[in-house]
Amino acid sequence: MNLVEAIRLAFSGLMGNRLRSGLTMLGILIGVGAVILLVAVGNGASASVQSSIQGLGSNLITVSPSNLRVGGVQQGFGTGNTLTMQDVTALKDKTVAPDVVTAIPNVNGRAQVTYGNQNWNTSLSGTTEQFPQVRNYQLAEGQFFSAADVQAQRKVAVLGPTVVQNLFGGQDPLGQTLKINRQIFRVVGVFQSKGSSGFTNQDDLVAMPITTAWAFLLGGHNVQAIYVEAASSQATQSAESEVTQVLLNQHHISTVANADFQLQSQADVLTTASQVTGTLTLLLGAIAAISLVVGGIGIMNIMLVTVTERTREIGIRKAIGARRRDVLLQFLIESMFLSAVGGALGILVGTLGSSLLGRLVSSLHPLVSVSSIVLAFGVSLGIGLFFGIYPANRAARLHPIEALRYE
Amino acid sequence: MITLEGVTKVYHMGHVEVRALKGITLHVQDGEFLAIMGASGSGKSTLMNIIGCLDQPTEGHYILDGVDVAGLNDDELAWIRNRKIGFVFQSFNLIPRSTALHNVEMPLIYAGEGAQRRERALEALRLVGLADRAGHQPTELSGGQQQRVAIARALVTDPAILLADEPTGNLDSAASVEIMRLLADLHQQGRTIVLITHEQDIAAFADRIVRLRDGLVLSDERRETPMETRA
Repeated sequence: MNLVEAIRLAFSGLMGNRLRSGLTMLGILIGVGAVILLVAVGNGASASVQSSIQGLGSNLITVSPSNLRVGGVQQGFGTGNTLTMQDVTALKDKTVAPDVVTAIPNVNGRAQVTYGNQNWNTSLSGTTEQFPQVRNYQLAEGQFFSAADVQAQRKVAVLGPTVVQNLFGGQDPLGQTLKINRQIFRVVGVFQSKGSSGFTNQDDLVAMPITTAWAFLLGGHNVQAIYVEAASSQATQSAESEVTQVLLNQHHISTVANADFQLQSQADVLTTASQVTGTLTLLLGAIAAISLVVGGIGIMNIMLVTVTERTREIGIRKAIGARRRDVLLQFLIESMFLSAVGGALGILVGTLGSSLLGRLVSSLHPLVSVSSIVLAFGVSLGIGLFFGIYPANRAARLHPIEALRYE
Repeated sequence: MITLEGVTKVYHMGHVEVRALKGITLHVQDGEFLAIMGASGSGKSTLMNIIGCLDQPTEGHYILDGVDVAGLNDDELAWIRNRKIGFVFQSFNLIPRSTALHNVEMPLIYAGEGAQRRERALEALRLVGLADRAGHQPTELSGGQQQRVAIARALVTDPAILLADEPTGNLDSAASVEIMRLLADLHQQGRTIVLITHEQDIAAFADRIVRLRDGLVLSDERRETPMETRA
C-alpha cells in the first residue's frame, strides 16, 4: 500500500467521525495558538523594553568622577571633581580610541525658568553641539546651538517639550527670550519628545552651551560627566577599555583599581533587560507548551477509543491482506493528520489573535516570530507522531481472529 | 490444492488445555466444492481459521497452493490471505462508510495494485450482478446484496480458494438460495470453494461433504448429484 492510499484511508476514517475529529483538533489548535500568542506577547514586551533602552543610546558610555571621600566618609555618586575638557579632547583622538565616535562634556544643575508670568523648575544641561547626536535627541523645531555658540558663550537655549508645555501653553517658543536663573536666554530649538527612561523624564530639560553654563549659571570649569558615543553597541566593550586607558594616561594613574573615574554603559542595562524579558518569554512559552502536551494526550485518548471502536474493521482489513505496517500507517497518519490540521489552524488563530490583541490592548505589541511558528507546528507534528504510535501499534498487533470476533 | 496432514490445534484458556483439532488429514482438489459440517464445538471454526491462514496449526502441515503455511510470520500470512484466499463471512464484514466499489478494491490496495484496480473491482461487481450498486454504502444494500459485495471482494484478487464461513447464516431463505446459486455458478466456472456450515440443505449445494466431530473427521462423502445439477 502506498502513502497516497494510506492518507486517503486515514482521511475517510477521520471524516467518519467529524465532531470527534474536530474536538481533538481543537486541543492541538489551542495549544499551538497559545504558544504562538504568548511567545508573541513575550517577544513584544522584550522588543519594547529593548527599544526604550536603545532610545537612551545603546552605544552610550557615561564617564563620571569617582565618589569623593571626605575624611574617610564616602560621598554621593560622581561627587569627585576630576574630569576636564582636556579629557574630552583626548577621548576624541581616533589613534588611541578608534572605537569612540565622539565625546561630549556635561554639567548639570537645577534651574528656575521664567517666561512672562509662567515659571518652571527644570534640569539644566550644559554641553556642546554634538549633544543631540550622542544622546539620541531629535529636534522638533529650530536648531541645536552650534560650535560657534559654545565658543562665544552665547546665551541660547534648547528646550525639552515638557518645559515648552509648561511655559508657553500653545505659543511658539522659537526666537522668544526667557529667563533662566534671572539671566536672559534666547530659544533656538525645541526637542522632540523622547518619553521616560524609566527613572527620569527625558523631556524635562534645558540644554545650553557648557561655556555659557559655566560663565553665567554654575560657575567653575569642571566637567561633571563625559558622554562617549561608541561606534556601535557591539563596539561598546572595546570602547570602554579604550576610554579607561586614555583617562588613566590623562590622570597619570597606573592601575584601574586606583582610577578616579567610573564608567557605565547602556549595553550593561540592555543585557540585563534582555535576560529578564527572555526569561519572561520562556515562561509564557512553557505555560503554553503544557496545553500543547495536553492536546497531544487528547489525541492519544481519541486514537485509543477509535482503535477499540474499529477493532472489527481492523480484523476485516487484516483478513483480506493488510500487513501490520499497513494498519500502523493508517492510524499513525490519522493521528498526525489531526495534529497537523490542528497545528495549522492554531498558527492561524495564534497569528490573528496576536494582531487582534495588539489592536485591543495598546500597551501590548505582540511580535509573532517565525521561529515560534515553526517550533509550535513541528512540536505538534511530533506530538501527533509520539501520541499516535501507541494506539496505532496496538491496532497493528491485534490478532485477526480476535478482532473479527469483537462486537 | 489444499493438503492438511495431521493438523492439531491446542488452545490454552488459563490453565485449561482445549484440544480443538485432534489430527485432521484432508486433501482438497483443484475445482472442488467442499462443505465442512459439524455441530458447534466440533472444531469447524478452528479448521476454517487454519485453512484461511488466520491461525496456525499447533502440529502438522498445511500446504496451500504448494506453500507450507506452518511457520510463516504475520506479514507472510497476510500476503497469503491477500493473494490466495478469498473470505466470505457470515456477517458480511464490509467496511462501514465505504462504497461497495471501495470495499471490493480494498484487497487490491493492500496488494499494491495501482493501475487497473478500479476496472478489476468493477468487473468483480459485475460478476456478482451488482455493477449498478458500485457507489452504494453497505447500509444502503440488502443482506443478500451485501453478501454479494463480499463475494466480489473475495474474488477480486483471483484467489486459489474461496472460503465461505456460514455465508447464509444471516440471510433469509430466498437470499440464501440466491447466494448459494452464485457460489454454485462460480464453482461451475472452475473455482475451488470451501464452505463451512451446519445446515444440511446449504451443504447440499456442495459436491463433497466432510463432517467433523470432536476435532476429528467423522465422514468424508462425495455426492454424485449435487443440488446445482438437479435444480
